[in-house]
Amino acid sequence: MRSVLVLLAAAAALAGSAVAQAPAGVDVAAIGAAVPPQVLSAYHFFQDAGARQPNAGVTPYDLNTPLYSDGALKFRYLYLPPHTQATYRDDGVFDLPVGAVLIKTFAFAADMRRPTENVRFLETRLLIHRANGWVAYPYVWNEAQTEARLSPIGAATPIQFTDTDGAAVQLDWAVPNVNQCKGCHDRAGAITPIGPTARNLNRAMNYGAADEAQLAHWQAAGLLDRVPAEAPHFANAYDAASGTLAERARAYLQVNCAHCHNPDGPAHTSGLDLRYSDTTPVQWGVHKRPVAAGRGSSTFEFDIAPGHPEQSILIYRMNSTDPGEMMPELGRQRVDTRAVALMREWIAQMNEDGSSR
Amino acid sequence: MKFVVAALAASLVMVSTAEARTWQIRPGADAETQLQTAMIGAQAGDTISIAAGRYDLTQGLSLDVDRVTVRGAGQDRTVLSFAGQRRGAEGLLVTSNNVMLRDFAVEDAKGDAIKARDCQGITFHAMRVEWTGGPSSHNGAYGLYPVNCSDVLVEQSIVRGASDAGIYVGQSRNIVVRDNVAENNVAGIEIENCFNADVFNNTAQHNTGGILVFDLPDLQQHGGHAVRVFHNRIQSNNTPNFAAAGAIVGGVPTGTGVIVMANRDVVVFDNDIGDNGTANIIVTSFWTTFEDPNYNPLPRNVMIRNNRFGNSGFAASGDIAALTRAGVTLPDVLWDGVTTYSAGGTPHSENVRIVMRDNRSSRGGIGTFMSMGLPASGAPLTEGNPSTAFPPLQTFEEPQPVRLHR
Repeated sequence: MRSVLVLLAAAAALAGSAVAQAPAGVDVAAIGAAVPPQVLSAYHFFQDAGARQPNAGVTPYDLNTPLYSDGALKFRYLYLPPHTQATYRDDGVFDLPVGAVLIKTFAFAADMRRPTENVRFLETRLLIHRANGWVAYPYVWNEAQTEARLSPIGAATPIQFTDTDGAAVQLDWAVPNVNQCKGCHDRAGAITPIGPTARNLNRAMNYGAADEAQLAHWQAAGLLDRVPAEAPHFANAYDAASGTLAERARAYLQVNCAHCHNPDGPAHTSGLDLRYSDTTPVQWGVHKRPVAAGRGSSTFEFDIAPGHPEQSILIYRMNSTDPGEMMPELGRQRVDTRAVALMREWIAQMNEDGSSR
Repeated sequence: MKFVVAALAASLVMVSTAEARTWQIRPGADAETQLQTAMIGAQAGDTISIAAGRYDLTQGLSLDVDRVTVRGAGQDRTVLSFAGQRRGAEGLLVTSNNVMLRDFAVEDAKGDAIKARDCQGITFHAMRVEWTGGPSSHNGAYGLYPVNCSDVLVEQSIVRGASDAGIYVGQSRNIVVRDNVAENNVAGIEIENCFNADVFNNTAQHNTGGILVFDLPDLQQHGGHAVRVFHNRIQSNNTPNFAAAGAIVGGVPTGTGVIVMANRDVVVFDNDIGDNGTANIIVTSFWTTFEDPNYNPLPRNVMIRNNRFGNSGFAASGDIAALTRAGVTLPDVLWDGVTTYSAGGTPHSENVRIVMRDNRSSRGGIGTFMSMGLPASGAPLTEGNPSTAFPPLQTFEEPQPVRLHR
């Protein structure tokens, strides 16, 4: 492995010197390069080495209901090439032009009750839209927080933090390898983005002055071709005021599960379709028997047993951290207790036909 | 990406020819990283050669490159142990086409051992999958697990201890399962929601159920058909069911040789089936409720011929035990007798053609048969109208041998 490190170091040195002389803007050539840069700074997405200040053309965004990743903070940005824009659609991810980059940094604050202090970046994942499809590159931050380095075979970083409940947490943060990236970002065998949908982006966002409508801001900035007056939106699964139990629960399932559990996703063989748009209760789990759940089915007959969260496989698997039982299969090591509570409440009040009381 | 990984691979010993390369993996502290690096960096046609030895893995491996061969030094010599696995729902996941896995073992995976999903062409040759602590509900579900694949070959492999099915082929097309040993699993070999499968020359022993041919509703592919189960040794499948209670195979009665459920055009012939405590063969409809309007829960066109039956029915389990308690002598072949069903509110009735022909029994005669005469799937046995009369000798065209496309 030593020789590899030397190679990588040499590549990094080259990339570093290139950046020093590059113009201030985002490096379009780096985005399109067949050989991806070894270091994140080579793209020039950010003004600073710590990647806190986005460069011109790099737009931060936020989602109504995020994917649960052990409670990590996430910083998301969209980059579109000059003179291009995304195409709006009601369902699914916006159509993004070739050259588009989705940038997502995972981080923890030393004390997650004070999420803006002592924030440590762990990794920054890039999804880049190439002419022949999307590619995924994970970059892992160094201890000094001055650079993130490409790690196509993943990485494990020991971390500790205090969680929002005040409990001390230690875990090995797992950076996915490129195959694992595809484990979620997979649509009929091709890598695809998941997050930026109308429903999840349709919310308020502060772009410096005050909260404004995120999608309207994108349109005004020329990033998005149009925004209908009545664009659909998701509830925030964690905010009881933002929607009904069913709206919050189904939004959570869409964001955390439906990237696999859809007819073209990696979990299509299960027959369980957890998309928000699925209207057939048995397909999203009501009285649906497990097919290949193994130990994950525990002693229970159905994914969702209406009125009986304690007999529902969906709850059991969300509540497990055993690799042979847990759902999602990847991307978490802790239980999302707030989400489990939401699902319990939703299933407890559910009618036999899957409707909510 | 290709080049990046090539750089990473520089430290691995690699033998190249113009067309294909061989990645050499040896035991050592770096082996897990090297193995996954090879599986990401390989190009179509490459071989990943894993030297003899034990490899302790902490994460599931994955392969997404077409035409790669992963080859060990022998099913007892190259051992990938997942006893310390902390992440990943399977030991190895393959999602590319025409991959061959051969001559290595996967032990103690936390979930499924080797899953191959959405592959056109997948071969398992002389593999071993084992949960080394013996039968336990804590073992992973499936051993060799191709799903939604076409042209599947599973041969000369050994699978032990799966808490669901040892060799499980699901929602696939064009399948050959031959010359394998499946033992101490809940289901030895299971062909589920598949089209065109030949299962032959296998030994299925000491499982809960030996060989299962199933079809389930509410899946993308159902309507399982054209399955031939022949020249297998299906013996002593009396291991108490240790599946998760919610799993479909949790309903398999301990002591079953073969179960044919909700498939059509199934031929079970030239097998040695004996010492199975409940029944040598059960033919049944899907036994519980379903909502899929396009699903047919009945077994149809099931030919059971030229088999050699040994002892059975001596230790019945589940509902069937009630029959023996009532003084009924259990037959070699037990059929639930259901010929009607309702799907999407529409009632259906079928000439199901369950046929017994030219079987022999070590207990004398031609093998025994009983229809439980149930009025509907899953009805209690007390509502049945049992009959030991043989079903009428009807004929239908047997499926053609499977030809694999390579």
